[in-house]
Amino acid sequence: MVTNVKAVKELALLDKRLDLRPFTEYRQPIQIETDLSWTAEGSAKVTIGKTVVMAGVKLSLEKPYNDTSDQGGIMINAELLPLSSSEYEPGPPGIKAVELARVTDRGIREAKAIDLKALCIVPGERAWFVTVDIISINDDGNLFDAANLATLAALKVARFPQVDPKTWAIDYKQKTAKYLPLIKEPVSVTIYKIKGKLLVDPLIEEEKSAEARLTVSIDKNSTISALQKGGEGTLTLTEVDTIIDLAIEKAKELRAVLEQVSLP
Amino acid sequence: MVYRERLDGRKNNELRPMEAKTKVIPNAQGSASFKIGRTWALAAVYGPREIYPKFLADPKKGILRCHYSMMPFSGSGERIRPGSSRRAQEIAMVMTKALEPVVDLSQYPNSVVDVFVELPQTDAGTRCAAITAASMALADAGIPMKDLVSAVAVGMADDKIIADLTYKEEHINEFNEESKQAVVSDIPIAMIHHTKELTLLQMDGEISKENLMKALKLGQEAIEKVHQVQIAALKEYFKEGSHGN
Repeated sequence: MVTNVKAVKELALLDKRLDLRPFTEYRQPIQIETDLSWTAEGSAKVTIGKTVVMAGVKLSLEKPYNDTSDQGGIMINAELLPLSSSEYEPGPPGIKAVELARVTDRGIREAKAIDLKALCIVPGERAWFVTVDIISINDDGNLFDAANLATLAALKVARFPQVDPKTWAIDYKQKTAKYLPLIKEPVSVTIYKIKGKLLVDPLIEEEKSAEARLTVSIDKNSTISALQKGGEGTLTLTEVDTIIDLAIEKAKELRAVLEQVSLP
Repeated sequence: MVYRERLDGRKNNELRPMEAKTKVIPNAQGSASFKIGRTWALAAVYGPREIYPKFLADPKKGILRCHYSMMPFSGSGERIRPGSSRRAQEIAMVMTKALEPVVDLSQYPNSVVDVFVELPQTDAGTRCAAITAASMALADAGIPMKDLVSAVAVGMADDKIIADLTYKEEHINEFNEESKQAVVSDIPIAMIHHTKELTLLQMDGEISKENLMKALKLGQEAIEKVHQVQIAALKEYFKEGSHGN
């Protein structure tokens, strides 16, 4: 797909966007559906405009790491499927997928969103390990924010499977009523810079025209838990200041959507 | 005679509830979602487009290339490691062979039509769901086709010839104490609707010739139901008032 970068930039200078949205507005409505996959311990699908992302949680019992013997663990992986865009090819994850996975992972890990100690069953011997797979279904821009929301929603609805107390065998077909110890929900907001203008929720064309971006993960109390700057362009300190204020404001909006995911 | 009632109470020839939809992936030329019971296939078609690597190009006609992949959380057991497996490669190959007879790519030399199928959740019958979804996605993409291909699995659980087996039915000898000795067979088939020719035929398990022919007969009827669901979903887009989004 060829993007008319020049047009996107010229529009930005006029304070306009391809779809006529204000710079600080997400495509509406942002939708979250949960438990779409019976085989996952928890799953969610997020739709923002034409961007669709799924996330699924799988749990396993493993030996804790030596340096954190009283804790379980979490790993986040992302797959940018060739099904979701003509730009992605089959094969091992490229750098874009790796960055997406790692940025999402950091936002959740560093905020200590999951109580890893509560995942431990026998210190040094057995603990729950959480794997989240983020899957792009249709990439029309802003995978970062969509992936983060999908991951949080999937973690939120994930329940432990039944375990045989003698053999420790997991019966994945039987879910217990116990949810994952998700104690915080660090929402991430990514702000893009095009021709010095700052905007949220880019279309794919805007994403490709941006000079720089900054992903900010923020919890309920506006504490920042991760940052990731991307793109070849630069950001000034004044811009970072503005970006964080905007991210904090927008995170509230995304959190409100996430809070609609209610547990029975 | 130990497998008396089907585990989910279906009649022998009854399929699980089906749900089909097209245009589910806006970036693709054509796409479809097909659910049968708890098995769900998403298919997207990209192309005709330039083929890479170039040496695969055929100067006489375009190439159909199917890809099959289960999402890491789509198995009923542990997480499946992402990436291709021998199983996925073989299924992709038989999918391609199942669809090639109806697809006419003579107008697109040196190019490729890629079909990507992903499964978010599975409960047996995945290659059949994949072919059914792929066939709809190709039609949705406007690729020249002679007909639709529809697929379903038939087989035997103990002495019962049944359509659309679930995972539990494929493993009835493990799940049902009474059926420990039961012989199971699983026969995925795909068929061209008008000519009733088979484009996919595989079997796992044991079966007599007589029962095999009975099973295939049952399969032909079952496939008709799948076809109706495909047609209804494809027509949905052309209904009045369904455009414009």
